[in-house]
Amino acid sequence: MIHSTAAEMATKLAAGEISSVELTQQHLDRISVVDGQVHAFLYVDTEGALSQAAAVDAKRVAGEKLSPLAGVPLALKDVLTQKGIPTTCGSKILEGWRPPYDSTIVSKLKSAGIVILGKTNMDEFAMGSSTENSAYGPSHNPWDLTRIPGGSGGGSAASLAAFEAPLAMGTDTGGSIRQPAAVTGTVGVKPTYGGVSRYGLVAFSSSLDQAGPCARTVLDAALLHEAIAGYDPRDSTSINAPVPAVVAAAKKLDVKGMKIGIVKELSGDGYQAGVRSRFDEAIEELVNAGAEIVEVSCPNFEYALAAYYLIAPSEASSNLARFDSMRYGIRVGDDGVRGAEEVMKMTREVGFGKEVKRRIILGTYALSSGYYDAYYGSAQKVRTLITQDFAAAFSKADVLVSPTCPTTAFKIGEKSDDPLAMYLNDIATIPVNMAGIGGMSLPVGLAPEDGLPVGFQIMSPAMKDDLMYQVGGTLEAALLRKWGSPILSNAPALGAN
Amino acid sequence: MALNYDQAIAAYDPTLGLEVHVELNTNSKMFCGCATEFGAEPNTQTCPVCLGLPGSLPAVNGKAIESSILIGLALNCSIAPFSRFARKNYFYPDMPKNFQTSQFDEPICVNGYLDVEIETDEGTKVFRIDIERVHMEEDTGKSLHVGGSTGRIHGAEYSLLDYNRAGIPLVEIVTKIIPNTGKYAPLVARAYVTELRDILRSLGVSDVKMEQGSLRCDANVSLAPAGSGQLGTRSETKNVNSLRSVERAVSGEIERQANRLQNGERIVQETRHFLEESGQTRPGRSKEQAEDYRYFPEPDLVPVAPDAAWIEELRATLPEKPSIRRKRLKIEWAVPDKEMASMVNAELLDTVEETVLLGSDPTKARSWWLGEISRLANEKEVAPTSLITPIQVAEVIALIASGELTDKLARQVVEGVINGEGTPQQVIDARGLKVVSDDSALMVAIEAAIASQPETAERIRGGNIPAAGALIGAVMKATGGQADAAKVRELLLKHLGQG
Repeated sequence: MIHSTAAEMATKLAAGEISSVELTQQHLDRISVVDGQVHAFLYVDTEGALSQAAAVDAKRVAGEKLSPLAGVPLALKDVLTQKGIPTTCGSKILEGWRPPYDSTIVSKLKSAGIVILGKTNMDEFAMGSSTENSAYGPSHNPWDLTRIPGGSGGGSAASLAAFEAPLAMGTDTGGSIRQPAAVTGTVGVKPTYGGVSRYGLVAFSSSLDQAGPCARTVLDAALLHEAIAGYDPRDSTSINAPVPAVVAAAKKLDVKGMKIGIVKELSGDGYQAGVRSRFDEAIEELVNAGAEIVEVSCPNFEYALAAYYLIAPSEASSNLARFDSMRYGIRVGDDGVRGAEEVMKMTREVGFGKEVKRRIILGTYALSSGYYDAYYGSAQKVRTLITQDFAAAFSKADVLVSPTCPTTAFKIGEKSDDPLAMYLNDIATIPVNMAGIGGMSLPVGLAPEDGLPVGFQIMSPAMKDDLMYQVGGTLEAALLRKWGSPILSNAPALGAN
Repeated sequence: MALNYDQAIAAYDPTLGLEVHVELNTNSKMFCGCATEFGAEPNTQTCPVCLGLPGSLPAVNGKAIESSILIGLALNCSIAPFSRFARKNYFYPDMPKNFQTSQFDEPICVNGYLDVEIETDEGTKVFRIDIERVHMEEDTGKSLHVGGSTGRIHGAEYSLLDYNRAGIPLVEIVTKIIPNTGKYAPLVARAYVTELRDILRSLGVSDVKMEQGSLRCDANVSLAPAGSGQLGTRSETKNVNSLRSVERAVSGEIERQANRLQNGERIVQETRHFLEESGQTRPGRSKEQAEDYRYFPEPDLVPVAPDAAWIEELRATLPEKPSIRRKRLKIEWAVPDKEMASMVNAELLDTVEETVLLGSDPTKARSWWLGEISRLANEKEVAPTSLITPIQVAEVIALIASGELTDKLARQVVEGVINGEGTPQQVIDARGLKVVSDDSALMVAIEAAIASQPETAERIRGGNIPAAGALIGAVMKATGGQADAAKVRELLLKHLGQG
């Protein structure tokens, strides 16, 4: 039943119609058939997944009370630590490292009985929008294997679209959950910053990173969201407040009287025609469902990309300093003669890819004395202005909307030599991270010109993640009625050859 | 011709700046729950956080914040209503994250002062040392460089890393520049570190053991031509790990710099290492090429915003300032300055006070701790307080006061206690150390002494009282020192018609 939703799987598991071991095995079988083409996974933990599934089955037989998603499999982005399981972050420098501890997310997944199938591919240290920056080769978009599945969490999104897993974990620093969701016809949610613990999330940019759920439906994302969210004393930036009731919100299917703001600056020129038409049609569905549409302006979004590419690399240059071969990961040049400093240099030279080095250099420069105020300092001011823009917009609307990305999935290799073109892909997703608010992408159809999925972004105020689930759930239901079947039923079959 | 210290001071005005690092004595580290015990097996007090493993995050130790605020309050600082941690970025193998989580432009305490007194030929002088800031940071791990002759990283065959110390909470106390100390600069530096150490000890926030590195001082020294009012190029001397070394390091730097300047050479802005044996410093890292630490606010930690009411609660718990306490005890105990200083220097003031509070005479308590007990402690190379407790000392002093022990017997009792023979009473019982106070028993010994030295006895009868010493000595010898000499004298003189 790999084509079912996670919620349906959970129901069948609870009713005893299928065991978790059977369900897990079906997904492992699917992975072995299609992942050669998709390359969503960097590591498949067959044994661990089956033993975890067996443990859940045993508890169910024993009549223990289980959490809603108990026994449902999940694909874990390789940036989250899982005790004893290789964690590479898509980087050569961490090759062979098996963390001695579970991230808080993994602890929560385990205690919820969610079965972890393995680790998914990603751009190295989550830097990228295509997975082409993975040291282990790119993942492929199940809609068209010659295209990118988005990034950095392309592996997680592709695993969902390829029915290798019904749920996946992603992390989103500038769009790494939402953009892959958009280009693969899946759902991805970046919760409010601090909503989900970052403990065990290998940091790219600490003030922007946020882990969140990836799924094929809004309700599935909500169920996973509730399983992983909540205050964690190990992460002092996590929010000590009740988790918004996102599952209830996803089930409301009602937006009557809600005000939905279209962000003027996130549309128009630069957006593919099919992206715009599907976006407009989705807006019509929301109007039909009783929502009121308003236009809002966020003038400082213009500077978001530039500011993002100062803050994120600055923090990354410091966060990635620890990869020095002294304590874990690969070590290059240790011949017993060279000093520690030289070994560090050689290891970092070999261990990091081009994009990572580019950003380390950029960030090191931006933080240098004499440049700090002009670069890092100014970028922080832009960040404040963006937050103020959002505050003003949310005074006029309950949620804001935009296309998730300017285009549908591009070809592998198309933009890999043009970092700026690649960066522009995140133009609509970055402001959400800069302000620390919530953002969701859900599919709203296929672009007529290329037949590829188009993503629709819903942004909700900080700590009001339930609002985006409410709007997303309503829109998804309306589109499903219109289409008659889920969008992924239009994707080509995989594994035939 | 080389300038000596006096000549150096005549030609140049020194300016000081002192940075003191204090390891807090919290049970757990600054940003994780690991233990902080000194001297544990290498790498046994570590976890993903203090090893800086990928994905781990810091969480601030509330006790460390409290200790830092207490230090700030004791140093008359303002406590910042909002302060932040920052990352200090540089690569070093014993630093797990290759950045140190510290505080930069938003420290927790600012603008304080500490008054220190020094005794001079011109009387007591008071210097006010302005404190610029008190900030929190984490310690690094330790590198042990094996092979090579210097024990330093260069030339070593390999290095061993111990991360037990990584993440131990540190507080750094930085003075503003200290001008106008003139020839007293070394004494002022020493007095400042001493006073600071005493304050930290009284607050109970640190072990303040310089020899174990829980209190470390970096001394910045610069010289300018006498009377010029200028500020010269400074050097920073590290590795100064005793109070005496602080004084020596400053005077040594003054001499070294004065001689360079005198020879027309310039002072290089650099880190220097203090050499305990010679009292000299040798050059370390040059700071001419200012290292760029690329500080930025630590995004993994929320700002520290202590509640004003909490700060006032902490202020109310501040103990009596050590300098004020010393003055009070000096008056209460009627002790001369020199004696007071020797108790402080021997770190025995608390112990003596405890003994006095148990009922002992202050002079007696002082002389036991600084005399016999310190002497035995020196022999054994341990701290006096590890040998015997104030309760035991007070008991011995009480037994002397009541006449049950003589000073000589008391020394034997103390020795017995130190040798692990039990409590003073147990030692007395076991060794039979009782004062012979039975008059008839003493009279037997006195008569025996007179019989053995009839001529001496005759002289005493004739009024030569000082001659009694010989007979008293003979009696004391005969009783094995267990007689009370005053009593013997009284009985002897009376017996010979002189009482």
